[in-house]
Amino acid sequence: MMDVVCLGLSHQTADVSTRERFAFAEHELGACVGELGRRPELGEALILSTCNRVELYAAAADPAAGFATIEAYLSSRAALEPEDRRFFFRRDGSAAVRHLFRVVSGLESMVLGETEILGQVKRAYGVAVQSGGTARHLNKLFQRSFNVAKEVRTRTNITRGPVSVGSVAVDLAEKIFGRLNSCRAMILGAGETSEMTAKALMSRGAHGIFVSNRSYDRALMLAEETNGEAINFEQWHERFDDIDILISSTSAPHAIVTVDKLSKAMRRRGNRPVFVIDLAVPRDVDPAVNNLDGVYLYDIDALQGIAAHSMNVRRQELTECERLIERHVDEFSGWLANGGRPPAPMAQPVAIESAAS
Amino acid sequence: MDDRFLLVASTFCFLLGFAYTMFVLGTGRYRQSRFVFGSMALGFAFQCGFLVARGHALNACPLTNLFEVLIFLSWSMVLLYFVVGTAYRLSLLGMFTAPMAFVFQAFAMIAPIDSPPGPRRHVGSHPWLETHAAICIVAYGAFALACVAGVMYLVQERQLKTHKLREFFFHLPPIADLAVAINRLLLTGFILLTLGLLSGFEVHEVRAAWSKIAWGVGVWIIYGAILKADKWITPRRVAQLSVAAFSITLATLWGLNFIAPASPL
Repeated sequence: MMDVVCLGLSHQTADVSTRERFAFAEHELGACVGELGRRPELGEALILSTCNRVELYAAAADPAAGFATIEAYLSSRAALEPEDRRFFFRRDGSAAVRHLFRVVSGLESMVLGETEILGQVKRAYGVAVQSGGTARHLNKLFQRSFNVAKEVRTRTNITRGPVSVGSVAVDLAEKIFGRLNSCRAMILGAGETSEMTAKALMSRGAHGIFVSNRSYDRALMLAEETNGEAINFEQWHERFDDIDILISSTSAPHAIVTVDKLSKAMRRRGNRPVFVIDLAVPRDVDPAVNNLDGVYLYDIDALQGIAAHSMNVRRQELTECERLIERHVDEFSGWLANGGRPPAPMAQPVAIESAAS
Repeated sequence: MDDRFLLVASTFCFLLGFAYTMFVLGTGRYRQSRFVFGSMALGFAFQCGFLVARGHALNACPLTNLFEVLIFLSWSMVLLYFVVGTAYRLSLLGMFTAPMAFVFQAFAMIAPIDSPPGPRRHVGSHPWLETHAAICIVAYGAFALACVAGVMYLVQERQLKTHKLREFFFHLPPIADLAVAINRLLLTGFILLTLGLLSGFEVHEVRAAWSKIAWGVGVWIIYGAILKADKWITPRRVAQLSVAAFSITLATLWGLNFIAPASPL
């Protein structure tokens, strides 16, 4: 009877310098999977290598021999020292299955519930299939894991809400303007967070970034990076009528965007809405501008508050996710214990208990 | 089949769609579901059945009293929901439309506003009058839906302003899309109302009550003014006005029934 084994390290067990030592480049994955899968102790193999984790999955008749083979392979490839072993986790049987289902569902991710990992696992599986690394057991396991991820995502709120300042800003902008393709943004004060926020908005279609900074050279530099236009700090308000989103993070000791300035500008803009993101401490924007019609002001506390709330919502979903996953783990483990016979029936959707009941 | 049964079935479908959405929102696990759309579609089918049955019984367009006007108004609103809701992907428009359709129909059934069986004066006595009444009611349906979209806008806008994002924040459309929807619905309603009023002027044989003419023109002026002011006022004000204007229209329609109950629409 074959068992599933998994040996790996992740952001939870090893720092980035350790992870990068054992990481696999994308172009070498196919050859490595083929090489590992051909070892007599392992029937099948698959390698998942992302910036946050390096995990080697295999089907082995003897799990202990399977682990030893994988470790030997890693030693030959990346000089696995005895002291490195503490960074690695080993899972076999149900624990390995459970681990994979948790990984694809985003429960083991650095940002709980993120969905990028599913695409990464799918790509790793595709490479393994093409290089002949997988067969009956791993095919069944990974295909089931994709179903699990889909079910967890659609039946719980684990992916709900933005969880970083940048993604909160993007979500809010989309709820104000709809598509961001026609939106123009201005960065006032070229700080790191404002740069990241601007890039997050650009990734969703915002264009025509204006950058204004007390140091014009710094503004020019960021404008080049964002394919935008640098403007003198004294002239930023002259371009205010052209923009939809203002990201402010200057080091000014007092508010530079006031109700008086903005109410005049809003009249000139013909009441076109504006989304003002104030990332500065002390704040650059007078909080009272939020009372103006068509002005939506969010300071750093408001953005972080929304991100924290979304993260709390996701954490509250953990138990429900684990309940769904456990059902699939039991089914798959039953199938494994039965020697792969009869085929595991597809899991019936689990009724979610309502919060009201 | 008894037309009352069809009406009760239709009203129940709208109630079901609304109750389901409220329940799902309450659990914090709202998902796009075909249930609301399905219940609205079924309710609409029963509405059509009711109007056809009534029409056959009267041998004319069923717009002979306030009871039928309310049902026709509800029908127009749901019809426009299927047109607009799909076009703008305003999925939660169904959730907001269902309670309004339910209230109209429940009120129509409970209030003593349906005429007893028997011969009655109806708009079918003149084809232009029938056209006039039907087009006007569809126009009010568009205004009703603009009111619903206005409520959605105000709810979403309030969440954005107060930074308190509730569960349905992520399911409500962007306020920019809602503003466009409100504007187009107001424009559609206004054009239909203009056509409806013009067709009413073709009726020479039937003398309408001055109060109803004044009311129709008044409603036309209110909505015309909102559309005209749209260039100068904020989308929030347009949303507020679309809610206020329809509330006034509905309240005065009810009051008008007492001033000129016997007069055709």
